[in-house]
Amino acid sequence: MSDDQAPKDYKESFIHLEYQYTAGSATTTFLNQVKEGRLVGQSCPKCKAVYVPPRGSCPRCGIATSIEVPLTDKGCVESFTVVHIPIPGNPIVPPYVCAMIRLDEADISFLHLVQDIEIDQIRIGMRVQAVWKPKDEWTHSLENIKWFAPIDEPDVDVSTLRFKPS
Amino acid sequence: MNDSKINLLEAPFELSYKYKRSSGPIMSKFFEGLSQKKIFGTKSKAQKVFAPAAEYDPDTREALTEIVEVGPGGTIESWSWVNSPRSHHLLKTPFAFALIKLDGADTAMLHMVSDCDESDLSTGKKVLPVWSENPTEAITDINYFILES
Repeated sequence: MSDDQAPKDYKESFIHLEYQYTAGSATTTFLNQVKEGRLVGQSCPKCKAVYVPPRGSCPRCGIATSIEVPLTDKGCVESFTVVHIPIPGNPIVPPYVCAMIRLDEADISFLHLVQDIEIDQIRIGMRVQAVWKPKDEWTHSLENIKWFAPIDEPDVDVSTLRFKPS
Repeated sequence: MNDSKINLLEAPFELSYKYKRSSGPIMSKFFEGLSQKKIFGTKSKAQKVFAPAAEYDPDTREALTEIVEVGPGGTIESWSWVNSPRSHHLLKTPFAFALIKLDGADTAMLHMVSDCDESDLSTGKKVLPVWSENPTEAITDINYFILES
């Protein structure tokens, strides 16, 4: 390719989007509890599935999940990934572990960090518990939990993690 | 607390991605042209002229390399009036987004038509570009198009 056909240098470009996020009643209720250090899910009155964080309805039954279910901050690792590549703007230094955490009595999992363990020791079914920030730092955010750390309990049988039949 | 009386949580949320892109050999010519107040298209073997310049003919998959100058005037093929520009729009007064078929081209280019009233616009009207005095080799080197008087 001759010089006059050579591609130009790379140009800076950007995408910028601004939102006003409204949490809705289910997430608002959930985050108000999180601010007090409590994890409260919602269960479906029909199929009994427990959702945390709750979204206000059961996607399987298509009905409102009005029943509140207080949950423990203990659970197990349902799935995980080791992140080796730094993400711009993310203060966490790789390698670190993102895991889907299934709280006891809950039927779905949510994404959080797992720390206080060697990365090669992490496994599906491992028992973990939330490590909370100091109480005076609590806000309306799951970041009130710094991460989940392993606890000295036997691993969970993975087959029990299946979504319960309706 | 009654669920329906709950004060819903709200928060502003901003999502930004900054990245670098190369426009490639063909589009580079197009953007470079804009900074010199020229609009370039590409011509296929079948003499079809694409403007803005296309890298490939979408019908035949032919790689397009012949650069041709088009415009600078053109014809409104279609338009949509923006009566209340929002913060992210480039123009702060009412304008139209328009598909403009530049003179000598067979395809239309999306840009803006301003300095007119909604009632002045119709398909088939001739337009001319208003060039930026501070070109940056970007589509914004054309500020907008105006109706040909």
